[in-house]
Amino acid sequence: MTKTIAEINERIKKGEAVVVTAEEIIDLVDKKGVHQVAKEVDVVTTATFGPMCSSGIYFNFGHSKPRIKAQKAWLNNVPAYAGLAAVDLYLGATELAENDPANTVYPGAFRYGGGHIIEELVSGKDIRMKVVSYGTDCYPKKELSTWLNIHDLNEAVLFNPRNCYQNYNVAVNLSNKVIYTYLGTLLPRLGNANYCSAGQLSPLLNDPLYLTIGIGTRIFLCGGIGYVAWQGTQHNPNVARGENQVPKRAGGTLAVIGDLKQMEPAWLRGVSMTGYGVTLAVGIGVPIPMLNEEICRFVAVRDEEILAPVVDYSKAYPEREPDVLAEVSYSQLKSGKIKINGKEVPTGGLSSYAKARQIANILKEWIIKGDFLLTEPVQRLPSVETNITIKPLKERGER
Amino acid sequence: MKKRLVLTFLKETVEKPITYHLVKDYDLMVNILSAKIEPNEEGRLVVEISGKKENLSQGMDYLRDLGVSVQPLASDVRWNEERCTHCTACIPICSSQALVVDRKTMIVSFNPDFCILCGLCLRACPYQAIEIMF
Ligand code: SF4
Ligand code: SF4
Repeated sequence: MTKTIAEINERIKKGEAVVVTAEEIIDLVDKKGVHQVAKEVDVVTTATFGPMCSSGIYFNFGHSKPRIKAQKAWLNNVPAYAGLAAVDLYLGATELAENDPANTVYPGAFRYGGGHIIEELVSGKDIRMKVVSYGTDCYPKKELSTWLNIHDLNEAVLFNPRNCYQNYNVAVNLSNKVIYTYLGTLLPRLGNANYCSAGQLSPLLNDPLYLTIGIGTRIFLCGGIGYVAWQGTQHNPNVARGENQVPKRAGGTLAVIGDLKQMEPAWLRGVSMTGYGVTLAVGIGVPIPMLNEEICRFVAVRDEEILAPVVDYSKAYPEREPDVLAEVSYSQLKSGKIKINGKEVPTGGLSSYAKARQIANILKEWIIKGDFLLTEPVQRLPSVETNITIKPLKERGER
Repeated sequence: MKKRLVLTFLKETVEKPITYHLVKDYDLMVNILSAKIEPNEEGRLVVEISGKKENLSQGMDYLRDLGVSVQPLASDVRWNEERCTHCTACIPICSSQALVVDRKTMIVSFNPDFCILCGLCLRACPYQAIEIMF
């Protein structure tokens, strides 16, 4: 029994579609079996909320009178990239304010940066913009200082080159001192273990071979509608996989795009990682159409069946050594304790399962109400049949 | 002079009688407000230490030389529920279980009665949901 996306959309329009979350589907399949559930259910909603570097916004702030061609620009003293066009800027989530002491007073607090400005813009706050230029015949103005509000911008677009990691490392610290990483504060000698994935709710863990999520897939992006724009940077389909095809290492990624003006601060938050820097937490929900039984088996994946590698962030990670201390499941991670080298280690998350669950439910409501139709991907993401892997940098002294 | 401090130890130090040395060698009064020391683990002691100013600073140097982290005790810790995303990064950090998570709902809550004001959650919270007053 197979369905098409067009058929599912007809059912959504008529208000007849059966939609469940990637959590609810697990029990359903347990009770009724894959064959039955594949027939009954039309859409499964997946979601994730967590810090995602490689995020940012671009916007057009409109032409001043006289005109200026931005050469350099700052938003609340945080540099934005002006090398696009006269009045287009890109602001990256991890950009720091000009006067941030960074790690000179270790560990730095990193209270404010690109991610926080994005959150403030979305909350409707005014942002101070400063622009300088060299002046041209057609763009004579050399300096500009003004307040910006999201409502006054011509376009404001969230465009994240890498989000939604399919799986990720669990970070621990084998050294004798506290370390501060992008996976949080890690206490010495296996004092804690931090993970960052929604596990059984996470989009790409429910579509491990990218059979339905592709370029052009319509998604929930931070409270508004967004789209998958491309595979994300570092997309790595050819990692070790389990029998269920679920990657056991960081695998695929998504580049996503959406209208910043539709977004809500609850789903888009500036993040301060002590000793590391700033970034942005992003909330994403992705619908998976129940096209056939194979997809039904994939979306029924549960935390017990998803394994993540435990990596030492005091040495193996920074030195780019491949060592993995252990493999643990997301059900162990979410229980609050894992065992590594015979030691019980308490776990903490960086992504929020509670928020992922909320997002999966909001997307479910949108689809049930008929407000959100599914899209046919324009093109599939590179999967296991390609030979794509991520390459490390080869540093060279000669050409 | 009186100081309220949080002392965090390494395993090796836990086995040394440091409060004894503070009293005997530096003539300080040590009042233990809360203690959590597990064998083979880190220990954390919340203390009120009083004595002469120079003795106090020498005593602190002695502790730092032993590798004990000495931090002032916070006077108030506030958890901003609105800003909390329930990520759980603070859960393994808060040893007194003032910050806890319901494993079913994965929702985090804060019980100020259990908080020993150690201030460790401030750095661990990536979402600026914790505010600490010293
Ligand atoms: S200050 Fe923070 S970490 Fe320390 S006991 Fe209170 S809540 Fe827990
Ligand atoms: S670390 Fe901060 S945001 Fe995360 S659960 Fe704790 S208080 Fe909430």
